[in-house]
Formats: sequence, structure tokens, C-alpha cells
Amino acid sequence: MAKPKLAVVKMTGCAGCQMEVLRIEDKLLDLVGAIDMAYFYMATSANRHGPYDVALVEGSVSTPRELRELKELRERSKLLIALGDCACTGCLPSIVNWVPPQESAKVYERFLEIHSKKESFQKVYPLSAHVRVDLELRGCPPHRDTILEALKGALLGIKPFLREHPVCVECKMKENVCLLVCEGRPCMGPVTAAGCGAACPSNGRVCEGCYGPMSDANASSLAEILAKRCGLSKEDLIGKFRKYAGLMPAFSKEAGGAI
Amino acid sequence: MSQVREIRVDYVARIEGQAEVLIKVVGGRVEEAKLAVFEPPRFFESFMIGRRCGEAHEIASRICGICHVPHQVAALEAVEDGLGIEVDDQTRALRKLLNYANHISSHALSVYFLSVPDYFGKPDIISMASEHPDLVRNAIRLKKVGDDITERFGGRAIHPVTLVVNGFTRIPTKADLEWAKMELLAMKGFAMEGVDFVADLDIPDFERRCEHIALSQEDQYAINEGRLISTEGLDISPREYRAHIEETHTDYSWTKRSIVRGRDSFLVGPLARVNLNFDKLSDDAKEAAKRVGFKPPVFNPFMAVLARAIELINAIDDSVSIIENLRIEKGPVIEESFEVKAGDGFAIVEAPRGILYHSYSFDSKGMIKKADVVTPTAHNSRNIERDLEALAPELREISPEEAILKCEMLVRAYDPCISCSVHLVEVG
Repeated sequence: MAKPKLAVVKMTGCAGCQMEVLRIEDKLLDLVGAIDMAYFYMATSANRHGPYDVALVEGSVSTPRELRELKELRERSKLLIALGDCACTGCLPSIVNWVPPQESAKVYERFLEIHSKKESFQKVYPLSAHVRVDLELRGCPPHRDTILEALKGALLGIKPFLREHPVCVECKMKENVCLLVCEGRPCMGPVTAAGCGAACPSNGRVCEGCYGPMSDANASSLAEILAKRCGLSKEDLIGKFRKYAGLMPAFSKEAGGAI
Repeated sequence: MSQVREIRVDYVARIEGQAEVLIKVVGGRVEEAKLAVFEPPRFFESFMIGRRCGEAHEIASRICGICHVPHQVAALEAVEDGLGIEVDDQTRALRKLLNYANHISSHALSVYFLSVPDYFGKPDIISMASEHPDLVRNAIRLKKVGDDITERFGGRAIHPVTLVVNGFTRIPTKADLEWAKMELLAMKGFAMEGVDFVADLDIPDFERRCEHIALSQEDQYAINEGRLISTEGLDISPREYRAHIEETHTDYSWTKRSIVRGRDSFLVGPLARVNLNFDKLSDDAKEAAKRVGFKPPVFNPFMAVLARAIELINAIDDSVSIIENLRIEKGPVIEESFEVKAGDGFAIVEAPRGILYHSYSFDSKGMIKKADVVTPTAHNSRNIERDLEALAPELREISPEEAILKCEMLVRAYDPCISCSVHLVEVG
């Protein structure tokens, strides 16, 4: 039987998620025994066009060129997996969607000088705004164990186990003292999807929400607590909810409304 | 009829990000030599406006998934400069250790994963595994040491979380430090052999004199602080950067390009650092360099691969020495527990691929009013084109496949980070 063909594709992003794929290094050599790495521009110069069994896509969609590529890739891929926050939520770069129009206009004025203006920049959107996505791997970046879990699931044809519960669950399992309840610090853990192993609270820092909303997140309740208990202003709250996943419906109200 | 030769690399593989190379030679004359970046811009400097200065480093980290640590350190230093915060030696030492970890990981990736396969006629490192199993396993392990130190000290391997303004939210334990030392020393032998291995590769014979720029400090190998110096006599503080380095647009690339005012393009990165700070390298790094005949200054951009191999030894040695001399006296700090005030701050840090400039202005509430970030690849982009121009005539003599490969090898020798370079388009 032919090995399943894997593509790792980059849209608008920082390459951190692809770096996390490379961090499966311990198992990389075993993994390449089980799959056919058909397309991975950052790692190889032997790249083949689809069809692919699995496409891991890093980054958000921000130009017509990327949109064309994504649609084509969707048609050529059995499973299309959004790799990381930019692909799942738009992540930090999506903050630009709220940059005031007059500022954007200045930016566009400069753009007209650039030859590639045919590919003019548009607002930042996650993959699911444009195509059907089979699986979303959250995180900035998603942990390599999550990526491995997803790849194993894809190889075996079974549904991978992805965590939709909040960071708080992982934090409790690490027996951390609660930064929000005990220290009154503005932690996003209660509304943020787990998967990082409570990386920030375990290192003395509040969760900033970089995995985006958990399933059924109660953002307005947390916003109220952060305002009352931690003294966050309305601007602070908008800043927090807009930072990694302001485009997500679960956060959009607290992020200052849909755009 | 004059002979027209076009060389086009549509999508340069084994570099970070999306760029193409276009070269046109008519007769004996190079008509164009372009590095065109088609990776879309991401506007970090515009959306950082209005955010708190204590968040600058967390946001800036996402400019690049490879050199996230230098972006964090540069943002932290610039913000601290603006706030008038003088950090303690322990914090500086730990930041340097983390930046070295990033250099180790990034250099191991660049040398063995991205550059070396070209010299073996292979498309990637994995396809070298059956013929060179030890080399591949050691290269993977060396990269992993850098990532693992970042993960253990920084809380996460990519976009670490413990670095904050004025310190760390978690201080490494004695066991962490001992572990890191052992991990580093375990790879020292491979790093030493690496210099001989790279020196034995068939590195293209090509030379083009150009200005090399790097950070420099009197008492140590500079990667996190110091003055900016060059082979043409530049000697400035980070605060003076804008008065000397100028950025221009082109109509075919999303990446802006830098030149020294009144002069030309310049080269930053491992070759510039080793050339300008050769005396500050660790003894073993210096010895290895001398053994393979590396005599600074070297003006062959392809030799950056060898400079990286030399720096890998230095990064291991200097990291071990930082660990041995480290006295932990200060505890963890809480993020954003500093007093805010209005200010302007400037910092330059050496990312693995060269100098990285960050500058911020913030108001009395500590909210960012202006952000200015210039990345190593933006610094190098014009210089890559100047090298391609100089390389072009000899490309006529070889087959199209070889010509394309040579262009790609040149671009890879710079280890460009395209995502970084397109983090902005100037607003206003």
C-alpha cells in the first residue's frame, strides 16, 4: 500500500507552527517511514503537487493569491488540518482587522507603489472563513504532541483526542495555585482551550489566551470578574479578548464587537 | 544578436517563508537580479499601537517562529530603555543563555537541514539519513538541545513565556542549570567536528567586498547588547541607528531594504559577527576556525555556513561559562509589575541571522504610540541582490539547473527569514 501523502503548507504566519512540526524530531525519522512527505517547502526542495491525503496548513488567509491556493489545496486534499492559531482563529495578526480605516488607507496608499498590488492585502481570516476544515489544531504554536496525535489519527483513520476543556483543568492537574482566585491576577485560563499544559500559569504568568476560546466559553462572565476583581478597564478587556482570537464568535462581543 | 539568459527560481525551498529569485543577463550585462518576496505583510507595527508596552515582547515574538527569542529580548530591552529600567546581571545572563539556545537551534537547522543537503545533491536532510545516519541524528540532537533549553528555561520551546520586563517569571533551579550544562557539553564534540565537516564541503569560490555590520562589546561576544560596528568604521549606539541606516521600498517585493546612509547595502549575520568579533570567540571556536584556515575578514557570503559552524562552538562554550558563573540572587517577577511612564526606547540584538532593531515610543500610561522593527532579512535583502548581480555573469557558463541551484545556495547561505522581513509596511 502506498504511504499516505502529507503536505505542510504555509500561508500568512510566522513559521512557528512548522518549527513545532520539525520539533517532532525524536520521532521524525520514524514518522517519515510511515508517511510520504510530499510537500514541505521549508524542509525540502523535492516538492510535489497533490493530491494529498493530509494537508497541514499554517497561517491565515490575507491575499487573493492565498485564497486561490487554499481553495485548490482543499480540492486536492482528503484531510485539511488547520495548524495553529493563525489558521484557526487569525491569531495576533488579526488585530490588524480593527486598525482604524484612516490608518489602513495610509497603508494602502503605500501599497499602490508596490508592484504586487494585484495581490493586495486584505483583512486576516482563518481558513474556516473560506473552506471546509476537517480539524483545527489550536495554539501559538500547537504543542508537538497535539500535532503528533493529529497525524497518528489521520494515519489510523480515527478521531484524534483534542482538548476542548479550559486551561484551568491542566493547571489544576499541575497543582498550581490559582493566579486569578488566590492572587487576583487577570488570567484568561477559565475561557481558554487547553493543550499547552498550562504553560504560562505553571511558570508564574497569567494565561494570555493563546489557544483561543474553549468550547462553550463564558467570556462575558470572565470579563465581569476581570473588571471587578482585577480592576481591568474596558480598553484592557478589549485588548485581552482581541489579542489571539478576537474574530471568534465566543470572544467577539468582549473583543469590541464583530468587524 | 545579444544572448539573453534568464534564471528564475519561483519559490526558493529550504528557507523560511516565500520568496523568488529573478535574474536577467543580456549579453554580458546583468539587467536585473531580484529577490522578490511574495509572502504577504503582517503589519505588526501598526497593530502594536495602542497596546501596553509590557506586551510588546509577547506580540513581537510572533513576528518570527524561528528567532522568537531575539525578538523578545530586543523588545524587552527597548521597552526597558524607554522606562529607564536597568536590569540586573542575572537577568542579562539568563537572556543571553536563551538567545544562545536560539542561535544553537537556528544554526543547527540552517547548516544541517537547509544548507548541507545541497552539497550532497540531496533535496533534504531526511534523504541523507540512510547514507549519513550519525550526521543526521547528531544534527537533529544539536537542534533539539537549543529547543529544549528554551523550553525548560522559557516555559515553551517556541514563543517562550517566562521573559518579561525587568526579569523572568520563573527562575531556573540549580538542577535546570546543571542539566543544561550537560546537554550542551554532550554536543560539543559534534560542534567541533562540524567546523571541519563544513570546511571540507565544496563551498563556492566567490568574493564580493561589502560592509559587514554586527554588535560588539569589549569584554564578551556580543549578541544581546553593545555598539553597532562595521568593517567600514561604523560605530554607533542603538539610539543612533536611524540616523545611519536608511530603508527603501521596491515595487516588486514586500520586504523593505536597508542601506547605510551615503554608502551601500551591507551584510549582517554570522559571517559579519565572526569577522568583526573574532577575538571574542571562545578559545575552541577560534582554534577550530584557525585550523580550517578561516582568516577574518572573509568576504565570501557562501562562507556564512562555516561561520555558523564556528558560532555553534562559541555558543556552547559561552553558554557553559554563563552557567558556571551564574549566581542566582533574584527571584521571579510578576509580569507588568513595573511603573509606567512616557518614553522612547531603542535596542539592537543579534538574531541568528543578524542584527535586529526594535524601537518603541509610549505615552504616560505606557501605551505604545509608535513601533519600529527592522529585521535581519530586511537588512540583508539588498545585499543578497548585490551578490546575485555579481554572481550572474558566471551563471551563464553553467547549466540552468546548476545556475538555479547556485542562486538558491546563495540565498540559503543568508538563512533568510522571510516572515520576519514582511512583518510591516510602514504606516504614514
